[in-house]
Amino acid sequence: MPFIPHTESDIRDMLSAIGAKQIDDLFDEIPSSLHARQAPSLPPALNEMSVIRLAQERASRDPANLNFIGAGGYDHHIPAAIWQLATRGEFYSAYTPYQAEASQGSLQVIYEYQSMMTALTGLDASNASLYDGASALAEAILMAVRAHKTQRRILLPRTVSPLYRRVIATLVAAQGIELVDLPYDPHTGTTVLPAETAPFAALVIPQPNFFGQLEDVDTLTDWAHQQQAHVIALVNPTSLGILKPPGQWGIAGADIATGEGQPLGCPLSNGGPWFGFMTCRQEMIRQMPGRLVGRTLDTENNTGFTLTLQAREQHIRRAKATSNICSNQGLMVVAAALYLSLMGAEGLARVARACHANTQQLVRRLTAIAGVRRVFQGALFHEALLQLDRPVQPVLDALLTYNLVGGLDVSAHYPELGHTLLVCATETRTVDDIHHYAISLQAVLEKGMA
Amino acid sequence: MKLIFEQGASGRSANAQLPPDTNIDDIPAHYLRTTPPVLPEVSEMDTVRHYTRLSQQNFSIDTHFYPLGSCTMKYNPRACNSIALLPGFLARHPFAPATTGQGYLSCLYELQDILAELTGMHAVSLAPMAGAQGEFAGVAMIRAWHLARGDTARTEIIIPDAAHGTNPATAAMCGYTVREIPTDKQGNIDLDELRRVTGPQTAGLMLTNPSTLGVFEQQITEIAAIIHQAGGLLYYDGANLNAILGRIKPGDMGFDVVHINLHKTFATPHGGGGPGAGPVGVSARLQPFLPLPVTVREGEHYRLLDETDRPYSIGRLSANHGNGGVLLRAWAYARMLGEPGMARVAQFATLNANYLMARLDQAGFDIAFPQRRASHEFIVSLKRLKDETGVSAMDFAKRLLDYGFHAPTTYFPMLVPECLLIEPTETEAKTTLDAFVAAMIAVAQEARETPEKVKSAPHTLPVRRLDDVRAARKPDLAWKPQI
Repeated sequence: MPFIPHTESDIRDMLSAIGAKQIDDLFDEIPSSLHARQAPSLPPALNEMSVIRLAQERASRDPANLNFIGAGGYDHHIPAAIWQLATRGEFYSAYTPYQAEASQGSLQVIYEYQSMMTALTGLDASNASLYDGASALAEAILMAVRAHKTQRRILLPRTVSPLYRRVIATLVAAQGIELVDLPYDPHTGTTVLPAETAPFAALVIPQPNFFGQLEDVDTLTDWAHQQQAHVIALVNPTSLGILKPPGQWGIAGADIATGEGQPLGCPLSNGGPWFGFMTCRQEMIRQMPGRLVGRTLDTENNTGFTLTLQAREQHIRRAKATSNICSNQGLMVVAAALYLSLMGAEGLARVARACHANTQQLVRRLTAIAGVRRVFQGALFHEALLQLDRPVQPVLDALLTYNLVGGLDVSAHYPELGHTLLVCATETRTVDDIHHYAISLQAVLEKGMA
Repeated sequence: MKLIFEQGASGRSANAQLPPDTNIDDIPAHYLRTTPPVLPEVSEMDTVRHYTRLSQQNFSIDTHFYPLGSCTMKYNPRACNSIALLPGFLARHPFAPATTGQGYLSCLYELQDILAELTGMHAVSLAPMAGAQGEFAGVAMIRAWHLARGDTARTEIIIPDAAHGTNPATAAMCGYTVREIPTDKQGNIDLDELRRVTGPQTAGLMLTNPSTLGVFEQQITEIAAIIHQAGGLLYYDGANLNAILGRIKPGDMGFDVVHINLHKTFATPHGGGGPGAGPVGVSARLQPFLPLPVTVREGEHYRLLDETDRPYSIGRLSANHGNGGVLLRAWAYARMLGEPGMARVAQFATLNANYLMARLDQAGFDIAFPQRRASHEFIVSLKRLKDETGVSAMDFAKRLLDYGFHAPTTYFPMLVPECLLIEPTETEAKTTLDAFVAAMIAVAQEARETPEKVKSAPHTLPVRRLDDVRAARKPDLAWKPQI
């Protein structure tokens, strides 16, 4: 019996202690009409050897193409130590650290992670993670509305990922929150502020934005604060190795920073598990969703760590909680703490600069090809929006035969921009990789594919 | 232990991890940071040693018995982890074309089918990233269904007082008012009260069955009829699905929506607080509203449905596919158990719980519902012990840690004073259960003979009892460099 250790004599002795004849008797309180009329129809059981063989066959059907998609998930180097340590049973199979004294390992990791994220974002406090970047942004919006108290309107630039915008629409739908689109400048691909606006609770500022362009975060932040609104920074953690941290945006800094933590040591893994991060100013911590770890003392005045400010959370506050979130992405936080320890400030800055330089190189090579141009001017981080002279999807399909996943077709999201392709080259792409993409794309376009 | 920040030295780094430096000069200075973030400056070995040592300060399933009620801390098979980390699965970008992910999508498709079969539901979406997000998706679908029929009068969700906190928190996030209903002395829902509060304003009922009191709600058929006759829908919180897996289907009980915690019932790791996964299953009438994406097979090809295919979907819960790596682990587990392994889960989880309950009953502990069968979990109340000795359930739990057992769930459900909610799961052997009973007896004896020893526990862990009040009054949530 897979994963069931009982021997025949165990079962006999246990039933005898209970005073039951057979295991089925233990279900005698369940109305007989509910017992399944027939056993569930399931595939036959496989032993470990067979299930691994089957999984290997399936995994081998998913080819390791050279990937140039970013769009929220980035193909970074992941130090070998990270997942060897994160999958140690003591981390991997531990429960949520409610019993603090038996969970000092997980709790100290989270406290260190919180410290790293506050350092990276320049804000005061970090929670212990949320599900992913998109749902974290939705939580940030709900938090800003709670903190603002009088307004429920949110300004959401079109330069925020359209994929995130869909998630936000789902998650805040029932809470009477009005999401107002802000347009972007057709030349710079950055957010344009409205001449005037009704009062609002918060402005979301993506940096870099979905197009890879850098927003004028100082001006946007100061403008929102002048309107008595909060600023939610949606940031890429790698970029914070070199870009100005949200806590220093404008005169007063952003109020909440959030984003996708995947670049900090999580494999792409078909989109998950990744994790969302969130940091904020001290004044807002009691509005924060999710778990928080605090440093405290034990009865002998030794330092220790514990979950704290739990009166915000569902298991205490129930219907009045800041969020329904319970499980978050604990193990990914272990990976992130390991990643930021191994990279340090210097390593993270080098990764950021290498991504930027590779993407610049990619853009130079690809836009040298006839029929390919960059859509926007101005500074970018590690992604760029390209425009093709023909529909993108058939071109991407053709590039697959060159072992290339050539980027994300975003034409449907921004039809006004024509045939657009979002590309990214992280530090893991080499000069040869970029060369291969350039000559392959040239070949595809010259063959007149599509 | 010293923080990672307090180790290392200025200028030290894990050099092998650093890419070569690149000079960039095209980003204007006002976008750039002027000082580097304060991150650890440590070598690779410093890092490996520090986090290895930290791991050793944890309890975990791999090292300790975890009789944690309502959390289903069963063994997490290692093969499932190996499978999720296969390079073909691990390297793929979620937005790469479906043709490059056929192996992965075939696993997801099978998992959807297996979950639908086991829950008696018509269709499943794997999108939710945890149980609470599954609850959100479920209640959002209930809301969408009512609104699609033009029924805007339904403003309430009914929830028993014994429910998990996520239930009322979810109902509130979905814009509903929570109507709480009491539980009777047998641990069942008070049907008269249910009839009284149910009406045209009822959007639905959220229920865990077996309940968090560790007993099966026997009136479930009547409950379903009351809610359905009033035009509401029934939501099944799958937190306790392990108790009935492969034997009873929530669909047969009349539920319209279920969520399944894969990190409980399907043995994916808890990871110290996630990642989980909370797939949702629905009856046919709710299928159009399922969260996206959903995997379908068309001939020999698998693909993900999107908004064009499912215009009535409640939408997306994540930018991608949810917690794919967790789904793969659950798929591997389901394939290893297969038929008849799934039905054995409920059998042996229930056998273990009833055995533990019988042994503790015989040892003189107060069982909250002694006249009932345990499901896969049961409640011991320490109220009498506390009245006699001053030792609380929390003290008792902390002392169990000294004996090498993770504490049971304490103070939940709140209906039973000084409660321990105990769930052994099917993967524990009788030997372990017997050792746990011996520890319970020993701690009870200590409570009577040397209560201070129990009240001041734990004594053998890396720290003594921590000051939670201090932590909350003066929150210290991040290390800051001393300047």
